[in-house]
Amino acid sequence: MEPRPVRIGLRIFSFGVMAFLYIPLVVIVMASFNASRIPTWPIKDYTLHWWSLALHDQTARTALENSFKVGLAATAVALVLGSAAAFALSRFRFFGKNSLSLLLVLPLALPGIITGLSLLSVIEYLSLTPSLVTVAIGHSTFCIVVVFNNAVARLRRSSSSFEEASMDLGADGWQTFRFITLPNLATALVAGGLLAFALSFDEIVVTNFTAGAQQTLPLWIYNQFRLPNTAQEVNAVAVFVIALTAIPVYLAQRLMRESGGIGGRG
Amino acid sequence: MSTPTASAPFGARRRLSAFFYRHRWLKLLALLIPPLSWIVVVYLAALVVLLATAFWQQDELSGQIIHTFTWDNVRTVKDDPTLHAVTRQTVQMAVLVTITDILLAFPLAYYMARVASRGVRALLFVGVLMPLWSSYLIKAYTWRLMTGDAGTINWALAKIDLGPLHIAFSTTAMWLAFTYIWLPYMVLPIYAALERIPGSLIEASSDLGGRSWRTLRSVIMPLALPGIAAGSIFTFSLTLGDYIMVDLVGGNKTDFLGSVIFRYQGIANDLPLAAAIALVPVIVITIYLLLVKRLGAFEAL
Repeated sequence: MEPRPVRIGLRIFSFGVMAFLYIPLVVIVMASFNASRIPTWPIKDYTLHWWSLALHDQTARTALENSFKVGLAATAVALVLGSAAAFALSRFRFFGKNSLSLLLVLPLALPGIITGLSLLSVIEYLSLTPSLVTVAIGHSTFCIVVVFNNAVARLRRSSSSFEEASMDLGADGWQTFRFITLPNLATALVAGGLLAFALSFDEIVVTNFTAGAQQTLPLWIYNQFRLPNTAQEVNAVAVFVIALTAIPVYLAQRLMRESGGIGGRG
Repeated sequence: MSTPTASAPFGARRRLSAFFYRHRWLKLLALLIPPLSWIVVVYLAALVVLLATAFWQQDELSGQIIHTFTWDNVRTVKDDPTLHAVTRQTVQMAVLVTITDILLAFPLAYYMARVASRGVRALLFVGVLMPLWSSYLIKAYTWRLMTGDAGTINWALAKIDLGPLHIAFSTTAMWLAFTYIWLPYMVLPIYAALERIPGSLIEASSDLGGRSWRTLRSVIMPLALPGIAAGSIFTFSLTLGDYIMVDLVGGNKTDFLGSVIFRYQGIANDLPLAAAIALVPVIVITIYLLLVKRLGAFEAL
Protein backbone atom coordinates (compact mmCIF):
# COMPACT_ATOMS: atom_id res chain seq x y z
CA MET A 1 0.00 0.00 0.00
CA GLU A 2 1.28 3.41 -0.96
CA PRO A 3 1.84 6.03 1.75
CA ARG A 4 -1.02 8.49 2.14
CA PRO A 5 0.74 11.58 0.74
CA VAL A 6 1.67 9.60 -2.38
CA ARG A 7 -1.94 8.51 -2.88
CA ILE A 8 -3.21 12.06 -2.49
CA GLY A 9 -0.53 13.30 -4.86
CA LEU A 10 -1.50 10.66 -7.42
CA ARG A 11 -5.15 11.59 -7.11
CA ILE A 12 -4.48 15.28 -7.71
CA PHE A 13 -2.18 14.51 -10.64
CA SER A 14 -4.73 12.14 -12.21
CA PHE A 15 -7.43 14.74 -11.83
CA GLY A 16 -5.17 17.23 -13.62
CA VAL A 17 -4.53 14.83 -16.51
CA MET A 18 -8.26 14.13 -16.88
CA ALA A 19 -8.89 17.90 -16.97
CA PHE A 20 -6.25 18.15 -19.70
CA LEU A 21 -8.16 15.47 -21.66
CA TYR A 22 -11.57 17.11 -21.31
CA ILE A 23 -11.06 20.89 -21.38
CA PRO A 24 -10.44 20.96 -25.16
CA LEU A 25 -13.65 19.02 -25.77
CA VAL A 26 -15.61 21.51 -23.67
CA VAL A 27 -14.00 24.38 -25.57
CA ILE A 28 -15.07 23.00 -28.95
CA VAL A 29 -18.65 22.40 -27.86
CA MET A 30 -18.90 25.96 -26.56
CA ALA A 31 -17.22 27.37 -29.67
CA SER A 32 -19.94 25.86 -31.86
CA PHE A 33 -22.40 28.25 -30.23
CA ASN A 34 -20.12 31.30 -30.50
CA ALA A 35 -22.00 34.15 -32.17
CA SER A 36 -18.83 35.88 -33.32
CA ARG A 37 -17.75 35.45 -36.93
CA ILE A 38 -14.13 34.95 -36.00
CA PRO A 39 -13.26 32.36 -33.36
CA THR A 40 -12.45 34.22 -30.14
CA TRP A 41 -12.29 33.40 -26.49
CA PRO A 42 -14.10 34.09 -24.18
CA ILE A 43 -17.38 33.74 -26.02
CA LYS A 44 -19.59 36.81 -25.70
CA ASP A 45 -22.73 35.84 -27.53
CA TYR A 46 -24.22 32.46 -28.22
CA THR A 47 -26.16 31.47 -31.32
CA LEU A 48 -27.72 28.51 -33.09
CA HIS A 49 -26.98 30.10 -36.46
CA TRP A 50 -23.97 27.87 -37.23
CA TRP A 51 -25.99 24.81 -36.39
CA SER A 52 -28.76 25.68 -38.84
CA LEU A 53 -26.21 26.63 -41.50
CA ALA A 54 -24.49 23.28 -41.10
CA LEU A 55 -27.80 21.44 -41.19
CA HIS A 56 -28.74 22.92 -44.55
CA ASP A 57 -25.37 22.62 -46.26
CA GLN A 58 -25.82 20.28 -49.23
CA THR A 59 -22.12 19.40 -49.67
CA ALA A 60 -21.92 18.57 -45.98
CA ARG A 61 -24.89 16.25 -46.35
CA THR A 62 -23.40 14.46 -49.36
CA ALA A 63 -20.14 14.09 -47.46
CA LEU A 64 -22.06 12.65 -44.51
CA GLU A 65 -23.78 10.13 -46.79
CA ASN A 66 -20.44 9.11 -48.29
CA SER A 67 -18.97 8.63 -44.85
CA PHE A 68 -21.86 6.32 -43.95
CA LYS A 69 -21.44 4.26 -47.12
CA VAL A 70 -17.70 3.89 -46.64
CA GLY A 71 -18.05 3.11 -42.94
CA LEU A 72 -20.67 0.42 -43.52
CA ALA A 73 -18.71 -1.25 -46.34
CA ALA A 74 -15.41 -1.21 -44.44
CA THR A 75 -17.12 -2.51 -41.30
CA ALA A 76 -18.80 -5.36 -43.22
CA VAL A 77 -15.48 -6.48 -44.72
CA ALA A 78 -13.77 -6.12 -41.35
CA LEU A 79 -16.41 -8.20 -39.53
CA VAL A 80 -16.07 -11.17 -41.89
CA LEU A 81 -12.29 -11.13 -42.25
CA GLY A 82 -11.45 -9.96 -38.72
CA SER A 83 -13.50 -12.66 -37.00
CA ALA A 84 -12.19 -15.39 -39.34
CA ALA A 85 -8.63 -14.35 -38.50
CA ALA A 86 -9.49 -14.27 -34.79
CA PHE A 87 -10.83 -17.85 -34.94
CA ALA A 88 -7.82 -19.11 -36.82
CA LEU A 89 -5.36 -17.49 -34.42
CA SER A 90 -7.05 -18.40 -31.16
CA ARG A 91 -8.37 -21.91 -31.87
CA PHE A 92 -5.51 -23.33 -33.91
CA ARG A 93 -1.78 -23.72 -33.63
CA PHE A 94 0.29 -23.45 -36.76
CA PHE A 95 3.61 -22.36 -38.16
CA GLY A 96 4.10 -18.60 -38.48
CA LYS A 97 1.26 -17.76 -36.10
CA ASN A 98 3.20 -15.07 -34.26
CA SER A 99 4.36 -13.32 -37.40
CA LEU A 100 0.78 -13.38 -38.66
CA SER A 101 -0.59 -11.67 -35.56
CA LEU A 102 2.15 -9.08 -35.93
CA LEU A 103 1.21 -8.59 -39.59
CA LEU A 104 -2.39 -8.02 -38.53
CA VAL A 105 -1.57 -5.08 -36.25
CA LEU A 106 0.88 -3.53 -38.72
CA PRO A 107 -1.73 -1.21 -40.29
CA LEU A 108 -2.14 0.39 -36.85
CA ALA A 109 1.56 0.52 -35.99
CA LEU A 110 2.63 2.16 -39.25
CA PRO A 111 1.41 5.74 -39.67
CA GLY A 112 -1.62 6.29 -41.90
CA ILE A 113 0.36 8.33 -44.38
CA ILE A 114 2.30 5.18 -45.33
CA THR A 115 -0.91 3.19 -45.86
CA GLY A 116 -2.40 6.09 -47.78
CA LEU A 117 0.57 6.67 -50.04
CA SER A 118 0.96 2.92 -50.66
CA LEU A 119 -2.66 2.61 -51.75
CA LEU A 120 -2.28 5.68 -53.95
CA SER A 121 0.78 4.08 -55.58
CA VAL A 122 -1.36 1.03 -56.35
CA ILE A 123 -4.17 3.19 -57.74
CA GLU A 124 -1.61 4.94 -59.93
CA TYR A 125 0.09 1.68 -60.95
CA LEU A 126 -3.14 -0.05 -61.97
CA SER A 127 -4.58 3.19 -63.42
CA LEU A 128 -7.67 2.90 -61.21
CA THR A 129 -10.00 5.81 -60.55
CA PRO A 130 -10.08 6.81 -56.90
CA SER A 131 -13.62 6.43 -55.57
CA LEU A 132 -15.58 5.54 -52.47
CA VAL A 133 -14.65 1.91 -53.19
CA THR A 134 -10.92 2.62 -52.90
CA VAL A 135 -11.60 4.59 -49.70
CA ALA A 136 -13.54 1.66 -48.23
CA ILE A 137 -10.76 -0.78 -49.18
CA GLY A 138 -8.22 1.48 -47.50
CA HIS A 139 -10.34 1.76 -44.35
CA SER A 140 -10.83 -1.99 -44.20
CA THR A 141 -7.10 -2.47 -43.49
CA PHE A 142 -7.31 -0.91 -40.03
CA CYS A 143 -10.97 -1.80 -39.37
CA ILE A 144 -10.02 -5.51 -39.61
CA VAL A 145 -7.54 -4.98 -36.77
CA VAL A 146 -10.21 -3.49 -34.49
CA VAL A 147 -12.68 -6.35 -35.04
CA PHE A 148 -9.84 -8.86 -34.72
CA ASN A 149 -8.70 -7.40 -31.37
CA ASN A 150 -12.19 -7.53 -29.90
CA ALA A 151 -12.97 -11.04 -31.15
CA VAL A 152 -9.62 -12.41 -30.01
CA ALA A 153 -10.06 -10.93 -26.54
CA ARG A 154 -13.40 -12.73 -26.19
CA LEU A 155 -12.21 -16.03 -27.66
CA ARG A 156 -9.19 -16.10 -25.33
CA ARG A 157 -11.44 -15.79 -22.30
CA SER A 158 -13.96 -18.40 -23.36
CA SER A 159 -12.68 -21.94 -23.42
CA SER A 160 -13.38 -24.27 -26.30
CA SER A 161 -14.85 -26.88 -23.95
CA PHE A 162 -18.40 -25.63 -24.62
CA GLU A 163 -17.88 -26.28 -28.28
CA GLU A 164 -16.48 -29.72 -27.55
CA ALA A 165 -19.44 -30.49 -25.27
CA SER A 166 -21.81 -29.46 -28.03
CA MET A 167 -20.08 -31.78 -30.48
CA ASP A 168 -20.10 -34.61 -27.93
CA LEU A 169 -23.84 -34.17 -27.53
CA GLY A 170 -24.29 -34.75 -31.23
CA ALA A 171 -24.38 -31.31 -32.77
CA ASP A 172 -22.60 -30.91 -36.08
CA GLY A 173 -20.09 -28.16 -36.83
CA TRP A 174 -22.67 -25.74 -38.16
CA GLN A 175 -25.02 -26.22 -35.21
CA THR A 176 -22.18 -25.76 -32.77
CA PHE A 177 -21.21 -22.56 -34.52
CA ARG A 178 -24.80 -21.31 -34.72
CA PHE A 179 -25.89 -22.15 -31.15
CA ILE A 180 -22.68 -22.03 -29.09
CA THR A 181 -19.87 -20.09 -30.74
CA LEU A 182 -21.81 -17.25 -32.32
CA PRO A 183 -23.95 -16.29 -29.30
CA ASN A 184 -20.81 -16.28 -27.18
CA LEU A 185 -19.02 -14.05 -29.67
CA ALA A 186 -21.94 -11.87 -30.73
CA THR A 187 -21.48 -8.91 -28.39
CA ALA A 188 -17.74 -8.82 -29.08
CA LEU A 189 -18.46 -8.69 -32.81
CA VAL A 190 -21.06 -5.95 -32.39
CA ALA A 191 -18.61 -3.96 -30.26
CA GLY A 192 -15.81 -4.48 -32.77
CA GLY A 193 -18.10 -3.48 -35.62
CA LEU A 194 -19.21 -0.30 -33.85
CA LEU A 195 -15.63 0.69 -33.14
CA ALA A 196 -14.55 -0.09 -36.69
CA PHE A 197 -17.36 2.11 -37.96
CA ALA A 198 -16.41 4.94 -35.60
CA LEU A 199 -12.80 4.70 -36.71
CA SER A 200 -13.70 4.75 -40.40
CA PHE A 201 -16.18 7.57 -39.88
CA ASP A 202 -13.43 9.78 -38.45
CA GLU A 203 -10.52 8.77 -40.68
CA ILE A 204 -8.80 11.43 -42.77
CA VAL A 205 -5.15 10.54 -43.33
CA VAL A 206 -5.72 7.47 -45.53
CA THR A 207 -8.92 8.92 -46.98
CA ASN A 208 -7.13 12.01 -48.24
CA PHE A 209 -4.92 9.86 -50.46
CA THR A 210 -7.55 7.45 -51.76
CA ALA A 211 -10.68 9.58 -52.21
CA GLY A 212 -9.87 11.42 -55.44
CA ALA A 213 -12.74 13.81 -56.13
CA GLN A 214 -15.05 12.23 -53.53
CA GLN A 215 -15.61 13.85 -50.17
CA THR A 216 -16.22 12.19 -46.86
CA LEU A 217 -17.25 14.17 -43.81
CA PRO A 218 -13.73 14.51 -42.35
CA LEU A 219 -12.44 15.69 -45.74
CA TRP A 220 -15.24 18.24 -45.92
CA ILE A 221 -14.42 19.48 -42.43
CA TYR A 222 -10.71 19.66 -43.24
CA ASN A 223 -11.39 21.73 -46.36
CA GLN A 224 -13.65 24.06 -44.39
CA PHE A 225 -10.93 24.66 -41.82
CA ARG A 226 -8.73 26.03 -44.56
CA LEU A 227 -11.32 28.49 -45.87
CA PRO A 228 -11.67 31.80 -44.05
CA ASN A 229 -14.84 32.53 -42.06
CA THR A 230 -16.42 29.09 -42.24
CA ALA A 231 -14.87 27.64 -39.12
CA GLN A 232 -17.87 28.38 -36.94
CA GLU A 233 -20.18 26.29 -39.08
CA VAL A 234 -17.62 23.52 -38.89
CA ASN A 235 -17.66 23.67 -35.10
CA ALA A 236 -21.32 22.78 -35.20
CA VAL A 237 -20.66 19.84 -37.52
CA ALA A 238 -17.73 18.91 -35.29
CA VAL A 239 -19.88 18.61 -32.21
CA PHE A 240 -22.37 16.54 -34.22
CA VAL A 241 -19.53 14.22 -35.28
CA ILE A 242 -18.24 13.89 -31.71
CA ALA A 243 -21.72 12.92 -30.58
CA LEU A 244 -22.12 10.48 -33.45
CA THR A 245 -18.86 8.64 -32.71
CA ALA A 246 -19.41 8.80 -28.94
CA ILE A 247 -22.61 6.74 -29.23
CA PRO A 248 -21.07 3.66 -30.90
CA VAL A 249 -18.05 3.81 -28.58
CA TYR A 250 -20.27 4.02 -25.52
CA LEU A 251 -22.37 1.09 -26.73
CA ALA A 252 -19.26 -0.94 -27.55
CA GLN A 253 -17.87 -0.26 -24.09
CA ARG A 254 -21.06 -1.52 -22.47
CA LEU A 255 -21.13 -4.64 -24.62
CA MET A 256 -17.53 -5.54 -23.84
CA ARG A 257 -17.71 -4.74 -20.15
CA GLU A 258 -18.05 -8.34 -19.06
CA SER A 259 -14.92 -9.35 -20.95
CA GLY A 260 -12.70 -6.63 -19.54
CA GLY A 261 -13.04 -3.61 -21.76
CA ILE A 262 -12.64 -3.10 -25.46
CA GLY A 263 -9.41 -3.95 -27.13
CA GLY A 264 -9.75 -0.81 -29.22
CA ARG A 265 -6.91 0.37 -31.39
CA GLY A 266 -4.18 -1.15 -29.33
CA MET B 1 -34.12 -29.49 -27.25
CA SER B 2 -35.85 -30.41 -30.45
CA THR B 3 -34.84 -27.89 -33.08
CA PRO B 4 -31.06 -28.14 -33.43
CA THR B 5 -30.63 -31.87 -33.99
CA ALA B 6 -33.93 -32.94 -35.47
CA SER B 7 -33.46 -31.47 -38.94
CA ALA B 8 -31.12 -33.65 -40.99
CA PRO B 9 -28.81 -35.81 -38.94
CA PHE B 10 -27.38 -37.72 -41.89
CA GLY B 11 -27.67 -35.06 -44.57
CA ALA B 12 -25.02 -33.49 -46.70
CA ARG B 13 -24.42 -30.79 -44.13
CA ARG B 14 -23.63 -33.39 -41.50
CA ARG B 15 -21.17 -35.14 -43.80
CA LEU B 16 -19.51 -31.86 -44.65
CA SER B 17 -19.26 -30.98 -40.98
CA ALA B 18 -17.75 -34.36 -40.16
CA PHE B 19 -15.31 -33.98 -43.02
CA PHE B 20 -14.11 -30.64 -41.70
CA TYR B 21 -13.89 -32.09 -38.20
CA ARG B 22 -11.64 -34.88 -39.38
CA HIS B 23 -9.49 -32.52 -41.45
CA ARG B 24 -8.92 -29.68 -39.03
CA TRP B 25 -6.24 -28.12 -41.19
CA LEU B 26 -8.84 -27.64 -43.95
CA LYS B 27 -10.98 -25.68 -41.53
CA LEU B 28 -7.95 -23.64 -40.58
CA LEU B 29 -7.23 -22.90 -44.24
CA ALA B 30 -10.84 -21.90 -44.86
CA LEU B 31 -10.63 -19.47 -41.94
CA LEU B 32 -7.17 -18.19 -42.71
CA ILE B 33 -7.11 -17.75 -46.47
CA PRO B 34 -9.69 -14.94 -46.84
CA PRO B 35 -8.22 -12.52 -44.25
CA LEU B 36 -4.67 -13.45 -45.09
CA SER B 37 -5.06 -12.93 -48.81
CA TRP B 38 -6.90 -9.64 -48.23
CA ILE B 39 -4.04 -8.33 -46.09
CA VAL B 40 -1.40 -9.59 -48.49
CA VAL B 41 -3.17 -8.24 -51.58
CA VAL B 42 -4.39 -4.92 -50.18
CA TYR B 43 -1.76 -4.04 -47.60
CA LEU B 44 1.54 -5.82 -48.21
CA ALA B 45 1.32 -5.59 -51.99
CA ALA B 46 0.62 -1.89 -51.64
CA LEU B 47 3.71 -1.46 -49.47
CA VAL B 48 5.72 -3.25 -52.17
CA VAL B 49 4.32 -0.96 -54.86
CA LEU B 50 5.24 2.02 -52.67
CA LEU B 51 8.78 0.72 -52.44
CA ALA B 52 8.89 0.18 -56.20
CA THR B 53 7.45 3.64 -56.90
CA ALA B 54 10.37 5.16 -54.99
CA PHE B 55 12.65 3.72 -57.66
CA TRP B 56 10.58 4.78 -60.66
CA GLN B 57 10.80 8.05 -62.49
CA GLN B 58 8.39 10.64 -63.63
CA ASP B 59 8.18 12.07 -67.12
CA GLU B 60 8.64 15.78 -66.57
CA LEU B 61 6.38 16.85 -69.42
CA SER B 62 3.41 14.52 -69.11
CA GLY B 63 3.70 13.78 -65.38
CA GLN B 64 3.33 10.08 -66.23
CA ILE B 65 5.23 7.59 -64.11
CA ILE B 66 7.72 5.59 -66.14
CA HIS B 67 8.40 2.14 -64.74
CA THR B 68 12.14 2.13 -65.26
CA PHE B 69 14.58 1.83 -62.42
CA THR B 70 16.40 4.88 -61.10
CA TRP B 71 18.37 5.78 -57.98
CA ASP B 72 17.55 9.49 -58.48
CA ASN B 73 14.74 9.84 -55.91
CA VAL B 74 16.53 7.96 -53.20
CA ARG B 75 19.71 9.92 -53.93
CA THR B 76 17.77 13.19 -53.68
CA VAL B 77 16.43 12.15 -50.28
CA LYS B 78 19.86 11.00 -49.13
CA ASP B 79 21.69 14.17 -50.18
CA ASP B 80 19.16 16.89 -49.43
CA PRO B 81 20.23 18.77 -46.27
CA THR B 82 16.73 20.24 -45.79
CA LEU B 83 15.26 16.75 -45.65
CA HIS B 84 17.87 15.77 -43.08
CA ALA B 85 16.82 18.73 -40.94
CA VAL B 86 13.14 17.80 -41.39
CA THR B 87 13.84 14.20 -40.38
CA ARG B 88 15.74 15.35 -37.28
CA GLN B 89 12.94 17.76 -36.36
CA THR B 90 10.25 15.11 -36.80
CA VAL B 91 12.09 12.44 -34.81
CA GLN B 92 12.81 14.98 -32.04
CA MET B 93 9.13 15.86 -31.81
CA ALA B 94 8.12 12.18 -31.80
CA VAL B 95 10.57 11.44 -28.97
CA LEU B 96 9.53 14.52 -26.99
CA VAL B 97 5.82 13.70 -27.32
CA THR B 98 6.47 10.08 -26.33
CA ILE B 99 8.39 11.11 -23.18
CA THR B 100 5.77 13.69 -22.17
CA ASP B 101 2.99 11.15 -22.65
CA ILE B 102 4.82 8.58 -20.52
CA LEU B 103 5.24 11.16 -17.74
CA LEU B 104 1.56 12.08 -17.83
CA ALA B 105 0.19 8.58 -18.41
CA PHE B 106 2.17 6.56 -15.88
CA PRO B 107 0.89 8.24 -12.68
CA LEU B 108 -2.67 8.26 -14.03
CA ALA B 109 -2.49 4.59 -15.03
CA TYR B 110 -0.93 3.78 -11.66
CA TYR B 111 -3.70 5.59 -9.84
CA MET B 112 -6.33 3.77 -11.91
CA ALA B 113 -4.81 0.33 -11.47
CA ARG B 114 -3.61 0.38 -7.87
CA VAL B 115 -5.15 3.22 -5.86
CA ALA B 116 -8.62 4.13 -7.14
CA SER B 117 -11.75 2.34 -5.96
CA ARG B 118 -13.60 0.09 -8.42
CA GLY B 119 -16.16 2.72 -9.31
CA VAL B 120 -13.61 5.48 -9.86
CA ARG B 121 -11.48 3.10 -11.90
CA ALA B 122 -14.36 2.25 -14.26
CA LEU B 123 -15.18 5.94 -14.59
CA LEU B 124 -11.58 6.87 -15.40
CA PHE B 125 -11.30 3.99 -17.87
CA VAL B 126 -14.28 5.21 -19.90
CA GLY B 127 -13.05 8.77 -19.34
CA VAL B 128 -9.74 7.98 -21.04
CA LEU B 129 -11.41 5.97 -23.77
CA MET B 130 -13.90 8.60 -24.94
CA PRO B 131 -11.38 11.26 -26.05
CA LEU B 132 -9.46 8.53 -27.87
CA TRP B 133 -12.46 7.87 -30.07
CA SER B 134 -13.72 11.40 -30.58
CA SER B 135 -12.84 13.02 -33.86
CA TYR B 136 -9.13 13.49 -34.48
CA LEU B 137 -9.65 16.47 -36.80
CA ILE B 138 -11.76 18.31 -34.32
CA LYS B 139 -9.36 17.72 -31.46
CA ALA B 140 -6.60 19.08 -33.67
CA TYR B 141 -8.69 22.10 -34.57
CA THR B 142 -9.53 22.80 -30.93
CA TRP B 143 -5.83 23.15 -30.23
CA ARG B 144 -5.63 25.76 -32.95
CA LEU B 145 -8.38 27.68 -31.16
CA MET B 146 -6.76 27.21 -27.77
CA THR B 147 -3.21 28.15 -28.70
CA GLY B 148 -4.12 31.27 -30.70
CA ASP B 149 -3.08 34.70 -29.45
CA ALA B 150 -6.70 35.38 -28.46
CA GLY B 151 -7.27 31.74 -27.55
CA THR B 152 -8.38 29.88 -24.46
CA ILE B 153 -4.90 29.43 -23.00
CA ASN B 154 -4.08 33.15 -23.05
CA TRP B 155 -7.52 33.95 -21.70
CA ALA B 156 -6.95 31.60 -18.77
CA LEU B 157 -3.44 32.96 -18.19
CA ALA B 158 -4.73 36.53 -18.14
CA LYS B 159 -7.15 35.51 -15.37
CA ILE B 160 -4.20 34.71 -13.14
CA ASP B 161 -2.22 37.76 -14.37
CA LEU B 162 0.14 35.79 -16.55
CA GLY B 163 0.95 35.68 -20.22
CA PRO B 164 0.19 36.27 -22.93
CA LEU B 165 2.06 33.42 -24.61
CA HIS B 166 2.78 33.69 -28.29
CA ILE B 167 2.61 30.05 -29.24
CA ALA B 168 0.18 30.25 -32.16
CA PHE B 169 1.44 28.04 -35.04
CA SER B 170 4.60 27.14 -33.17
CA THR B 171 6.30 23.85 -32.42
CA THR B 172 5.25 24.36 -28.79
CA ALA B 173 1.61 24.38 -29.89
CA MET B 174 2.21 21.20 -31.88
CA TRP B 175 3.94 19.57 -28.93
CA LEU B 176 0.91 20.31 -26.72
CA ALA B 177 -1.53 19.10 -29.35
CA PHE B 178 0.37 15.89 -30.16
CA THR B 179 0.80 15.13 -26.46
CA TYR B 180 -2.90 15.64 -25.95
CA ILE B 181 -4.12 13.65 -28.90
CA TRP B 182 -2.03 10.50 -28.36
CA LEU B 183 -2.21 10.46 -24.55
CA PRO B 184 -4.99 7.81 -24.29
CA TYR B 185 -2.89 5.45 -26.47
CA MET B 186 -0.24 5.58 -23.75
CA VAL B 187 -2.55 5.35 -20.72
CA LEU B 188 -4.42 2.20 -21.79
CA PRO B 189 -1.49 -0.22 -22.34
CA ILE B 190 0.30 1.00 -19.17
CA TYR B 191 -2.92 0.53 -17.22
CA ALA B 192 -3.34 -2.98 -18.65
CA ALA B 193 0.23 -3.86 -17.67
CA LEU B 194 -0.07 -2.44 -14.14
CA GLU B 195 -3.42 -4.08 -13.53
CA ARG B 196 -1.95 -7.49 -14.26
CA ILE B 197 0.71 -7.22 -11.52
CA PRO B 198 -0.44 -9.51 -8.70
CA GLY B 199 -0.81 -7.73 -5.34
CA SER B 200 1.10 -10.57 -3.69
CA LEU B 201 4.22 -9.59 -5.61
CA ILE B 202 4.14 -6.11 -4.13
CA GLU B 203 3.47 -7.46 -0.64
CA ALA B 204 6.41 -9.82 -1.06
CA SER B 205 8.61 -6.88 -1.98
CA SER B 206 7.66 -4.95 1.15
CA ASP B 207 7.95 -8.09 3.32
CA LEU B 208 11.49 -8.40 2.07
CA GLY B 209 12.17 -4.86 3.22
CA GLY B 210 11.65 -2.99 -0.05
CA ARG B 211 10.36 0.51 0.55
CA SER B 212 7.82 2.09 -1.79
CA TRP B 213 10.48 3.59 -4.00
CA ARG B 214 12.46 0.38 -4.21
CA THR B 215 9.31 -1.63 -4.99
CA LEU B 216 8.39 0.83 -7.72
CA ARG B 217 11.83 0.68 -9.27
CA SER B 218 12.58 -3.03 -8.96
CA VAL B 219 9.14 -4.67 -9.15
CA ILE B 220 6.57 -2.42 -10.75
CA MET B 221 8.65 -0.64 -13.37
CA PRO B 222 10.08 -3.79 -15.01
CA LEU B 223 6.58 -5.26 -15.23
CA ALA B 224 5.10 -2.02 -16.59
CA LEU B 225 7.81 -1.61 -19.20
CA PRO B 226 6.14 -3.72 -21.94
CA GLY B 227 3.03 -1.54 -21.55
CA ILE B 228 5.04 1.66 -21.80
CA ALA B 229 6.84 0.30 -24.86
CA ALA B 230 3.54 -0.70 -26.49
CA GLY B 231 2.08 2.76 -25.88
CA SER B 232 5.21 4.39 -27.23
CA ILE B 233 4.76 2.60 -30.57
CA PHE B 234 1.59 4.61 -31.06
CA THR B 235 2.83 7.97 -29.77
CA PHE B 236 6.08 7.69 -31.71
CA SER B 237 4.76 6.34 -34.99
CA LEU B 238 1.62 8.47 -35.12
CA THR B 239 3.62 11.66 -34.52
CA LEU B 240 6.19 10.63 -37.09
CA GLY B 241 3.67 10.31 -39.91
CA ASP B 242 1.26 13.11 -39.06
CA TYR B 243 0.61 15.96 -41.47
CA ILE B 244 -2.87 17.18 -40.52
CA MET B 245 -1.78 18.55 -37.15
CA VAL B 246 1.28 20.13 -38.73
CA ASP B 247 -1.11 22.01 -40.99
CA LEU B 248 -3.91 22.88 -38.55
CA VAL B 249 -1.94 23.60 -35.37
CA GLY B 250 1.52 24.28 -36.79
CA GLY B 251 0.24 26.34 -39.72
CA ASN B 252 2.76 24.49 -41.92
CA LYS B 253 5.45 26.83 -40.59
CA THR B 254 7.66 23.93 -39.59
CA ASP B 255 8.16 21.07 -41.99
CA PHE B 256 7.62 17.55 -40.77
CA LEU B 257 8.20 14.34 -42.72
CA GLY B 258 4.47 13.79 -43.15
CA SER B 259 3.81 17.28 -44.43
CA VAL B 260 6.73 17.12 -46.89
CA ILE B 261 5.52 13.76 -48.23
CA PHE B 262 2.01 15.13 -48.58
CA ARG B 263 3.26 18.25 -50.35
CA TYR B 264 5.33 16.33 -52.88
CA GLN B 265 2.40 14.05 -53.65
CA GLY B 266 -0.49 16.49 -53.52
CA ILE B 267 0.93 19.79 -54.74
CA ALA B 268 4.08 18.93 -56.68
CA ASN B 269 2.36 15.73 -57.88
CA ASP B 270 5.68 13.89 -57.77
CA LEU B 271 4.61 10.48 -56.49
CA PRO B 272 8.01 8.75 -56.96
CA LEU B 273 9.81 11.37 -54.87
CA ALA B 274 7.04 11.32 -52.23
CA ALA B 275 7.40 7.53 -52.07
CA ALA B 276 11.16 7.86 -51.66
CA ILE B 277 10.70 10.32 -48.77
CA ALA B 278 8.10 7.99 -47.23
CA LEU B 279 10.83 5.35 -46.94
CA VAL B 280 12.46 7.52 -44.25
CA PRO B 281 9.64 7.13 -41.66
CA VAL B 282 9.27 3.47 -42.65
CA ILE B 283 12.96 2.87 -41.88
CA VAL B 284 12.84 4.91 -38.65
CA ILE B 285 9.74 3.06 -37.43
CA THR B 286 11.17 -0.33 -38.36
CA ILE B 287 14.25 0.45 -36.26
CA TYR B 288 12.01 1.65 -33.44
CA LEU B 289 9.85 -1.48 -33.59
CA LEU B 290 12.94 -3.70 -33.45
CA LEU B 291 14.12 -1.76 -30.38
CA VAL B 292 10.86 -1.96 -28.44
CA LYS B 293 10.32 -5.59 -29.40
CA ARG B 294 13.17 -6.39 -27.00
CA LEU B 295 11.16 -4.71 -24.21
CA GLY B 296 8.22 -7.03 -24.88
CA ALA B 297 6.10 -4.35 -26.51
CA PHE B 298 4.30 -6.68 -28.92
CA GLU B 299 3.02 -8.94 -26.16
CA ALA B 300 1.46 -5.87 -24.50
CA LEU B 301 -0.18 -4.44 -27.63
